[in-house]
Amino acid sequence: MLKGTLGGMGRIGGGAVLILLFLLPLFLPRFYIYLGSTILLTGLVATSLNLPLGYGGIFQFHHAVFYGVGAYAAALIITKSGLSPWMGFVIGPLTAACLSLIMGLICIRLSKLYFGMLQISLGSLVWIIVYRWYSFTGGDNGIHGIPLPRVISSQNGAYYFTLFVTLISLWVMYKIIKSPFGSALQGIRDNPVRSAMIGINVKLHQLVVLIVGGFFAGVAGSLFVVVDTAVFPDMLFWTLSLEILVMCLLGGWFTFLGPMLGAAIIICLRTFVSGVTDYWTLPLGILMMFVIFFLPNGILGYIEEKLHRGLIEPTIKES
Amino acid sequence: MDFIYTIIPPRIMSQIFVGLSRTVILFIVASGLSLILGVLRIPNIWHGSLYMVGAFMTFTISTAFGGGSIGFWMALIIAPLGVAFVSLIAERGFFQHLYEREHLMLLLLTFAFSLVFGDLVKMVWGMEYKSVPVPRVFQGSVHLFGGQPFPLYNLFLLVIGPVVALALWFFVNKTKIGKISRAAAVDREMVGAVGINVSWVFGIVFAIGCLLAGLGGALVAPTVNVSLGMDHTLIMEAFLIVIIGGLGNIWGALLGALIFGLAQSLGILIWPQFGIVFPYAAVIVVLLLRPTGLLKSTW
Repeated sequence: MLKGTLGGMGRIGGGAVLILLFLLPLFLPRFYIYLGSTILLTGLVATSLNLPLGYGGIFQFHHAVFYGVGAYAAALIITKSGLSPWMGFVIGPLTAACLSLIMGLICIRLSKLYFGMLQISLGSLVWIIVYRWYSFTGGDNGIHGIPLPRVISSQNGAYYFTLFVTLISLWVMYKIIKSPFGSALQGIRDNPVRSAMIGINVKLHQLVVLIVGGFFAGVAGSLFVVVDTAVFPDMLFWTLSLEILVMCLLGGWFTFLGPMLGAAIIICLRTFVSGVTDYWTLPLGILMMFVIFFLPNGILGYIEEKLHRGLIEPTIKES
Repeated sequence: MDFIYTIIPPRIMSQIFVGLSRTVILFIVASGLSLILGVLRIPNIWHGSLYMVGAFMTFTISTAFGGGSIGFWMALIIAPLGVAFVSLIAERGFFQHLYEREHLMLLLLTFAFSLVFGDLVKMVWGMEYKSVPVPRVFQGSVHLFGGQPFPLYNLFLLVIGPVVALALWFFVNKTKIGKISRAAAVDREMVGAVGINVSWVFGIVFAIGCLLAGLGGALVAPTVNVSLGMDHTLIMEAFLIVIIGGLGNIWGALLGALIFGLAQSLGILIWPQFGIVFPYAAVIVVLLLRPTGLLKSTW
C-alpha cells in the first residue's frame, strides 16, 4: 500500500529495507537478532489480524487464540509425536485454520460486537482447556525446551527462517488483498447490504478471510516456537489479543504494512521500557489513548492522508 | 424439609448455595456493565479494573478504621462512591468525546484505561495479596443442610443481591434519570431535541454502572485474596453474562449470572479439574440456541 503511494522511491526504499534485514545478523549482537525475530513474527500476527479486521471489517477480538493454538500444535507435534519436526510447522498453521473455521462457523451468524464477544467466549474456553490440561499441554507452565531441527536451532538460523516465512506470508497476504476476492471483501466492509445485492456471498467471503487470518496467525505461532523454543498459555489470553489489535491501530489498520510497523514500535517500546521500570502497561495505555484521540487512522494512515494521493480508504462507519 | 434431601443430596444443596453467593457478585458487576452497554453502548473493559480498585479500597479503608466491623461498613459505602467518582471524571474527560466514533475505539479506550489502572493499582497497593477480615457479625457459619457448614457472610450476600436488583430496577424504571436514560438508549438525538442534557445523563449512568463494579469489589473482598489480576477473569465472565442475558437487559444479567454461577459451582462436583469449563460451555450452548441472548436486548 505504502509502496504503491510512494511509487519508485518506495520500491527502492523497500529493497533497501529488505537487504538491511538480510544483513542484520552480520553486525548486530545476539539480543537484537532475537528482538528482530520477535518483531517479525509479532508483525505477522498483527498483519494476519488486519485481514479480517481492517479489510474485512469483522470485529475479530480474540485473534491470539489462533496464534497460541498454532504454536501449541507445532510444539506438541515436535515434542509428543514421532513425526518430523518440519511437520509441526505445517500442522500448526493448519490446526489454527481448522479452529478458525469452526469458530467462524459458530460466530459468523452474528455481527459486529456480538461476533467479537462470542469469539472471546469461545477463545476463553480454548484458553482454559490449554491452561488446565496439565498432562497434555503442560498447564500454566507451558512447554519449554522444544528441540528444533539443527538448521534453525541457532539464533541466526531462527532469524533467517522467521524472515523468509514472514516475507512469503506477507507476499501471499498482499496478493490476497489485491485479488478480486480482496476487493469484494473491502466492498463488504464498506457496505454489506449493497455487496449482497450485487451477488457477493457475504458470509462466505467473511468466513474465508477468517480462515486465512487464522492460518497466518498459526504460521506466526509456529515461528514463535522456533524463536523462543517454548510455548505458554498466556499466548491465548484475551489481553494479548487486544494488544495485537492496538498494534494494528497504531500502525494504521487500513494500510497493509501498518500492523507490522505498529508491532515494531510496541515491541521496541516494551523492550526499552521494561529495561527502565517494572511498569509497562501504564505507558502502553497512555500511548493507546494518544493514538485513539489523535491518530485514529494510525501512523501510516496519517502519512497517507498527508500525501493526498486519494488512496486513503474510508473508515468503517457503524450502521 | 427433609424430603428435599432425599431428592437433592446435602452436598449438592450446599454447592448450589455457594454458586448462588457467587451469582450475587457476578450479577452486581455484570448489571453495571449491562447498564453501561445498554445506555451508552460502551463495551467497558475498564469495569474489571474498577472492581479490583473497589476491593483494594475496601482493604485500605477497613484497615484505616482498625480492621473492625465499622471499617468494613464504611468501606462498603465509601469504596463504591470513590470508584464512581473516578469513573465520572474519566467519562467527562475522555469517553464523552468518542461517542460518535465506532465501538472498536471505545472498546480500546476502555482497555487503555484498564492497562493504566492495572499499573496504578500495582503502584499504590503493591504486588502482595491483601486480605480483608469478615465483619464480626458475619463471622462463623451456620449448619443448614444436613450438617454442611455455610458461611454467614455468604448468607448476607444472598440478601444483598436481591436488594441491589430491586434498587437498580427502581432506578431504571421509576426515577427521572433512569427514564431519560432508557429513552436516550433508544434515540439519543430525540431526547436531546426535547431539551434534556443527554451528555450529563450519560455521565451519571456511567458513574452508577461503575459504582456497581466498586460495590461488587467491596463485597467480594472478605471472601477472596484481594490481588492484582483479579480483574482479568472477572471482566470476561461479566461480559459473557451480559451477552447471554441480552445486552443492556438487567434481568438478563441476573439470569446470566445465575447460569454462570451455578454451572461453575456444580461443574466442580462433576469434574473437579475442568469444573471451570462448564460455565463457558453453558455460554456457548445458550448462544447457539439464542444468538442474541436469552432476554430481549435493548439495542
